[in-house]
Amino acid sequence: MIPGAFDYHLPTSLPDACRLLADLGDDARVVAGGHSLIPMMKLRMAVPEHLIDLRAIGELRGITVADGAVTIGAMTTEAEVIASEELAQHCSILRETALQIADPQIRNLGTIGGNVANGDPGNDMPAVMQTLAATYQVEGLRGKRQIEARDFYEAAFFTSLGEDEILTAIRIPLPPAGHGFSYQKQKRKIGDYATAAAAVVLTMDGGQCRSAAIGLTNVADTPLFAEAAGAALVGTDVGKAAIDAAVQAAEAITQPAEDGRGPAAFRTKVAGVMVRRAIEQAKSRATGGAA
Amino acid sequence: MAKMHVKMTINGEAVEALAEPRTLLIHFLREQQGLTGPHIGCDTGHCGACTVDLNGKSVKSCMVFVPQADGAGITTIEGIAQPDGTLHALQEAFRQHHGLQCGFCTPGMITRAYRLLQDNPNPSEEDIRYGISGNLCRCTGYQNIVKSIQAAADELSANKEAAE
Repeated sequence: MIPGAFDYHLPTSLPDACRLLADLGDDARVVAGGHSLIPMMKLRMAVPEHLIDLRAIGELRGITVADGAVTIGAMTTEAEVIASEELAQHCSILRETALQIADPQIRNLGTIGGNVANGDPGNDMPAVMQTLAATYQVEGLRGKRQIEARDFYEAAFFTSLGEDEILTAIRIPLPPAGHGFSYQKQKRKIGDYATAAAAVVLTMDGGQCRSAAIGLTNVADTPLFAEAAGAALVGTDVGKAAIDAAVQAAEAITQPAEDGRGPAAFRTKVAGVMVRRAIEQAKSRATGGAA
Repeated sequence: MAKMHVKMTINGEAVEALAEPRTLLIHFLREQQGLTGPHIGCDTGHCGACTVDLNGKSVKSCMVFVPQADGAGITTIEGIAQPDGTLHALQEAFRQHHGLQCGFCTPGMITRAYRLLQDNPNPSEEDIRYGISGNLCRCTGYQNIVKSIQAAADELSANKEAAE
């Protein structure tokens, strides 16, 4: 498969990249790892006339923990997320999620910024970012702004990112020490997109759930922040009744498509199972359990 | 869409060439550089037959445009053996342990395993299976592929210990 022809641009600073994007307009796309865009170009479902490669812009890389938050540069690869000791220590759900994305070769080039900015409902990081209340930093010639992950996704491949804007970094408020977390993903084979997946982050105090957030992957046009499902856990002992209520609330907001991964009703049910497993594992981790 | 001038180091040799930006690295290696070891299998990033080492990391060369690899160091299956033809421990192990049937996936398997063993010289069976999860074998010869990689890891570790 041969993609359409394009001109290649390699800006070395963010302002240069923003200027190129503004000047070249609709015919230009930015490329990070390219592992979502290049397959689309090979199928000619995307035919950009200009490709703006972000790989030479150093400020888009790296992981920084400071002031109660972690900031991850958009060009940070999934492999770098997995290797980061700071993330493993402070926000392990990112490592757990990244390990379930694609395969080692893809994770060496695929970036976290591309994963969240692409708007593919099959991508795993968006629901995790919604669960963690992450904020996306975006920049264009008009200036910088911040968009909440929970407000970013509008429909499949449609986001609130402007065509002249670049997602530069992700800022995540650090979950409290001792929090429990889990990303549970049902897939047909290793490396596949999820049939359904669930992210859970919760805190327990004296046997009671203090806070809980739940996100869902690939069971609607967009990632889903399952607010009512999380609320169903808060103030409870996260016993069977509370988990049943959370599962029901999560299943209620799914709108999966029927595809090779199964009929819609099946995928909704799988989402419920993933939510249940993720809550149980997160609870166990929050209360000092090993697994 | 003018051709671009690119420079790379491929299997230790400096290479300069002209290529259209849309040229995929696998096509560049096979058609312009005559390196037909890396194979085109699925052409969609799933099978790993096109795996090469790019700046010390395994990547699928059907998913990289040539200008994205401008300035990179690349190793293909052709660069794994010694210049005198002595096989690498992995190549020898695949031969000894019947780690290939039709052989189509083998260049990608060995190139991936080469990097895996650099990153993790003493992998468990699970590490190996997870480490090669981006490489598919349509003959389903995984048992012997895993055995071959394990044997090569043991051999390389033994050699290293003997040298110390």
